[in-house]
Amino acid sequence: MLLETSYLQYAHPGQSMIAFPEIKVDKGEALLVLGKSGSGKTTLLNLLAGLLNPAKGEIKLDGVVLSSLTGQNLDLFRGKNIGIVFQKPHLITALNVNQNLELAHFFSKKKGQEISHLLSELGIGSKANSSVLTLSEGEAQRVSIARALANSPKLILADEPTSSLDDENTEKVVQLLKQQASKIGAALIIVTHDQRVKSHISNFIEVKSS
Amino acid sequence: MNLFKISWKYLTFRPLSTALNIVLLALGLAIITVLLLIQDQFEKKMNQDAEGIDLVVGAKGSPLQLILSSVYHIDFPTGNIKVEEAKRLSRNRLVKKIIPLALGDNFQGFRIVGTNHDYLELYDLTFSEGKAWEVPFEVVLGSEVAAKSGLKLGDEFASSHGISVGSHDHDQHNFVVSGILAPRGNVADRLILTSIESVWYTHDEEPESEDPITSQDSVPAGEFPQDTLATESEADHDAKFHQEVSKSGFPASDQDREVTTLLIQYRNPMAAIQLPRMINSGTGMQAASPSFEMSRLFEILGVGISLLQGLAFVLIGISGLGIFIALYNSLKERKYDLAILRAIGASRGQLLVLIFLEGLMLTFLGAVFGITLGHTFLWLAVSQSEQNVVAAIQPWIFLKQELWIIAYALGVGVLASIIPAWSAYQTSIAKQLTKA
Repeated sequence: MLLETSYLQYAHPGQSMIAFPEIKVDKGEALLVLGKSGSGKTTLLNLLAGLLNPAKGEIKLDGVVLSSLTGQNLDLFRGKNIGIVFQKPHLITALNVNQNLELAHFFSKKKGQEISHLLSELGIGSKANSSVLTLSEGEAQRVSIARALANSPKLILADEPTSSLDDENTEKVVQLLKQQASKIGAALIIVTHDQRVKSHISNFIEVKSS
Repeated sequence: MNLFKISWKYLTFRPLSTALNIVLLALGLAIITVLLLIQDQFEKKMNQDAEGIDLVVGAKGSPLQLILSSVYHIDFPTGNIKVEEAKRLSRNRLVKKIIPLALGDNFQGFRIVGTNHDYLELYDLTFSEGKAWEVPFEVVLGSEVAAKSGLKLGDEFASSHGISVGSHDHDQHNFVVSGILAPRGNVADRLILTSIESVWYTHDEEPESEDPITSQDSVPAGEFPQDTLATESEADHDAKFHQEVSKSGFPASDQDREVTTLLIQYRNPMAAIQLPRMINSGTGMQAASPSFEMSRLFEILGVGISLLQGLAFVLIGISGLGIFIALYNSLKERKYDLAILRAIGASRGQLLVLIFLEGLMLTFLGAVFGITLGHTFLWLAVSQSEQNVVAAIQPWIFLKQELWIIAYALGVGVLASIIPAWSAYQTSIAKQLTKA
């Protein structure tokens, strides 16, 4: 198994404990995390990304227990092995498209996928030197996907990647994520409440806050 | 891509606020640079020019004016003194050396100084061309005078009366350039040196009718009275003009002559106590010590300098505050950026460095710009003033203290970045990212 979790629990300060179902995902597999808003989907994603520390249980990615890493090592491990696609693109506006992707290479100290090739595969090759302010919503989301893929991560996490996109773009984005994940042999986890995504990925777990 | 580049991109992403902060800081640092340069060079120059001169004796008046006019050749002379009286002083056992100066004429604003060869020795002057004056009306040009006037060896020119440009010309007898001095970096570079006889004879020559304004009893201080003894025969003239001038001490003369000031070296430390008092109370002359008068002058100027310094520090303080506010504000917009950077592998430390780099780059640019601005400003001031002391300042000399200016500016940068950098360090990524 590439990614395994066991008895994950987490409590936000002043709130009751959330218990998460076990997750097992292998290379090239995709998994949906479903649930109502406020159910703790995003919290699970943050846990998986090592952005939050679980109160109980552990996450094992490619044999490494995330909670055993701290500080700089954890940041670097995340940069090298986990690609995150956020709900909104959140590109660095001071940099152009190309530089936004170079950032991923720089901080992870890893020469992943070739940027121009990646961009043209995602259909935004012509935008490489554009300011990110000139991109449309769909284009920006694709750039943020490219950023998540730039280091050829082992795990791709996507947090409601389609919530602000129309049907056509939703379809494209999900397809892209699936294709790219299987191409680089990464596990793909999409957190969503978007029904349109379900038709593409059958494998799912549900998060319920108790 | 590296941290430098990212910081730089952030800076250039808001060019106006960046430019404003740089300019503010640069202005403050420019003032400090100018003050540093002026203080350093002024004091050095002032001390250098006064070296070997223990006491200046001249007509009664302001002692500071006496020093300024006869050592630094800036202000107007206080008046003339009788040669007889000067000679009597030179026989005093406390006086080691006495150099008489006869001032009062100029050429294109460069002062003509009648003196003897001891003056050349005093400043250890050497010739780049030609030799010292031997007969009346031969002159030696300071290096700057030669460069600016374009006069060469053997060239002739007519002097003007007074010490500033625009007075009437002494066209009766031209001066001849006999030598040009090598640059020495002191006051001699801006002077035209000649014998005292030359200055005397220039004024003998003038027929009174040519200058109706300058009548004998209204001679301006320090300028030579138009001698009325224009009754000598032509033969007399010729003999006098081709006689060798005296090379040290006072020139011999059968008339009642005057000199402007005397530069005196003491024979022993006792002289410093006795001689000034003796001159000031026992003669019609005045004695002033260059070191004393100059320290008095610096004391007076000090008030203005500390005022300017205060202004500079206020400017630097404001720019520091400006940088802090700019970083802090942009950080609010950038918390998300920072969270993203963490999500793609940046460590807390790298974000800390990123913010510090921004502050440091800003202040470093400000420092470099400020120092350049300071030098340029000084250069402008120098090129605007042709003859006075300011002209002697070299604007492109770089001092070690300027490195301190850079260090100081970087200190401001660090100080202004501490809080923003710390808050970047503290940013919780998960919280930022889920805020949406």
